[in-house]
Amino acid sequence: MEHRTTQINSTLYDQCIADYEVRSPLFAAEAPEVVAARAQAIEQFKQLGFPSTKVEDWKYTNLVPVLKENFELEQDAEVLTVAEALLAQAKIDLLDCYRIVLVNGKYRADLSEVPAVEGLFLSSLSDAADRPAFKQHFGKYIDLSKFHFAAANTALFRNGLFIDVKRNTVVEKPLHLIHVATAGAPTYFQPRQLFVVGTSASISVIESYVTDGAPVFVNNVAEIVVQENAQMQHFYIQAGDANARYVHHTEVYQQANSQYNNYKASFPGTSLWRNNMNIALDGENVESHLYGLYLAGGHQLVDNHTIVDHRKPHCNSNELYKGVMKDESAGVFNGKIFVRKDAQKTNAFQQNNNMLLGKKAVVDSKPQLEIFADDVKCSHGSTMGQFNPEALFYLKSRGIGDEKARALLVHAFAYDVTEKIPIPEVQSHINALIDQGLK
Amino acid sequence: MLSIKNLKASVEGKEILKGLNLEVNAGEVHAIMGPNGSGKSTLASVLTGKEAYDVTGGQALFEGKDLLDLSPEDRAREGVFLAFQYPVEIPGVSNINFLKTALNEIRAYKGLPNLEAKEFLKLLKEKQKLLEFDAALANRSLNEGFSGGEKKRNEIFQLAMLDPKLAILDETDSGLDIDALRIVSRGVNKLRNGKNSFIIITHYQRLLEYIVPDFVHVLYKGQIVKSGTKELALELEEKGYDWLKEDSHETEAAEILLPR
Ligand SMILES: Nc1ncnc2c1ncn2[C@@H]1O[C@H](COP(=O)(O)OP(=O)(O)OP(=O)(O)O)[C@@H](O)[C@H]1O
Ligand SMILES: [Mg+2]
Repeated sequence: MEHRTTQINSTLYDQCIADYEVRSPLFAAEAPEVVAARAQAIEQFKQLGFPSTKVEDWKYTNLVPVLKENFELEQDAEVLTVAEALLAQAKIDLLDCYRIVLVNGKYRADLSEVPAVEGLFLSSLSDAADRPAFKQHFGKYIDLSKFHFAAANTALFRNGLFIDVKRNTVVEKPLHLIHVATAGAPTYFQPRQLFVVGTSASISVIESYVTDGAPVFVNNVAEIVVQENAQMQHFYIQAGDANARYVHHTEVYQQANSQYNNYKASFPGTSLWRNNMNIALDGENVESHLYGLYLAGGHQLVDNHTIVDHRKPHCNSNELYKGVMKDESAGVFNGKIFVRKDAQKTNAFQQNNNMLLGKKAVVDSKPQLEIFADDVKCSHGSTMGQFNPEALFYLKSRGIGDEKARALLVHAFAYDVTEKIPIPEVQSHINALIDQGLK
Repeated sequence: MLSIKNLKASVEGKEILKGLNLEVNAGEVHAIMGPNGSGKSTLASVLTGKEAYDVTGGQALFEGKDLLDLSPEDRAREGVFLAFQYPVEIPGVSNINFLKTALNEIRAYKGLPNLEAKEFLKLLKEKQKLLEFDAALANRSLNEGFSGGEKKRNEIFQLAMLDPKLAILDETDSGLDIDALRIVSRGVNKLRNGKNSFIIITHYQRLLEYIVPDFVHVLYKGQIVKSGTKELALELEEKGYDWLKEDSHETEAAEILLPR
């Protein structure tokens, strides 16, 4: 069959298909919305499989080596103990926040500080089945015909987190989600989250990732709904070790007058980070900011694919991704902006700037604009650069050593992104991770 | 303090410094003048260790140490400072953070602990006042969007903060307005303490009226072709460089005719 060349044959694929067959009788106990979504998703996944580099969106990210490692599909695991030292790796100094711990996707109330905030509901996905917000929004926004991993996740996810911020609820302290991935044998996990920020509500969510060195392959899907006039500040802090691989899908759906800001920082460690970040601006006067900083090292591959979809008039989006590439790391940036016919008076900006520090480091950067409206302001661009020798000499001529001088220049380069981080403790944390990542 | 003997340096294969000699003792102020392209900034770059320049002969000793053997940062830590003719803009690096880092790196080299935040601020205020340097500028990104004059003042502000033994000022006066020139010169004079030395590269006599040099040298085609006292600067202002160029042609011709 023709489409087979766009798929990678692997035992993991076979395991997924078999897992669906085995578990489908049990799905009947789930919410009807979930059952329907799973049934549709498995059909999509059968069509799509795991993407080969023949698929345009996976051109630079070859999954064959990962799939060759014979990952086992996750099973319904017992409750694992987690070393406090592991959680401490993600700790953000001085930050006053609610710590929420997820182990292989499973919400662990015993390790979490459950926020006692009126109007904030938080539970595992399976405990959310009869919540109206869950029923209304679960599985509604991702185009599964285009996203291989999201299709697999939707069909087969086991564990997840649901957050519902009720109308007018302002959650003052940020939620710090710590995602722990741990396994004895090489394991493939498919955690899932659904966050619904209700009308005029606001929340900050910080997500960090830790592993204990176990070989894990995580296919995570997050669906986020930001309703009218609501606000969400959303942070991803990604660091890990070379045995961990992540494919991340974040689907954001925004309604009128809402604001969603995403700040994503990734650091050396994890050998594969694929981020799909899609935002639909589906109401007037929506504001979206996407800030990304990737500092990559070793043989790491960091792949950011974003889609900003302007569907309605009078919206603003701004995307700035900056990459610092050390050693033999590889980066991919693919940013699509769609401005639909209705979306007049759109302002949409996108920039991707890279600093190539390693002689063998590479970045493939592809900004794309597709505009169907005529009264819009849009721009995009991408740059590649190195250390400015004049600046380096200037710093050294004042007594600053080579390593410090380079670090100062990397911080300076990253500053356009780091200065935007609205929580000072998170900003310091990320600056410290930059220093650590440069060593 | 600084002893330069027969220094030769080239850039991109082209020889710029062609056997330069200069002695600077502690506490002295030396002015270096000379036509455009004669090698003044090149001398400053070679002394501070800029990569593009190859030293092809001669030596430069700083307090007895071979300066040319040290990394640029170690030269600075030993006490050599260059106020650049064209200071670089570095967006994203805050002036203050930069100064604090530089100060502490120099202190660490000397085996001293980091400056306490309070002491640093005190020093900052003191030097800001000395040079009437705008606090708003000190808080901005390093030279980013500074006017030409502001950049030059920032160089001297850094000089005051880092307190080097030898300061090389490369055309600090160009771009400064009349008041700023007076303020900067007054500041430099206050920084003089009988132990530190200055090399002042300039095209104009005016600066030397404020900062009075002990010696004036003329650099021409990569060599110091004439040295004198402050009166030489006045003479140059009046007569230009042509009379020296003729002299120098003669010496060049003499060298060819009379092999040593
Ligand atoms: N990096 C470089 N690459 C090529 N040529 C250079 C470089 N730096 C200096 N030169 C050349 O060396 C010569 C001396 O330059 P330098 O900047 O030292 O002159 P200067 O005496 O400082 O002049 P000015 O009074 O105009 O500042 C000039 O001919 C200049 O073009
Ligand atoms: Mg010059």
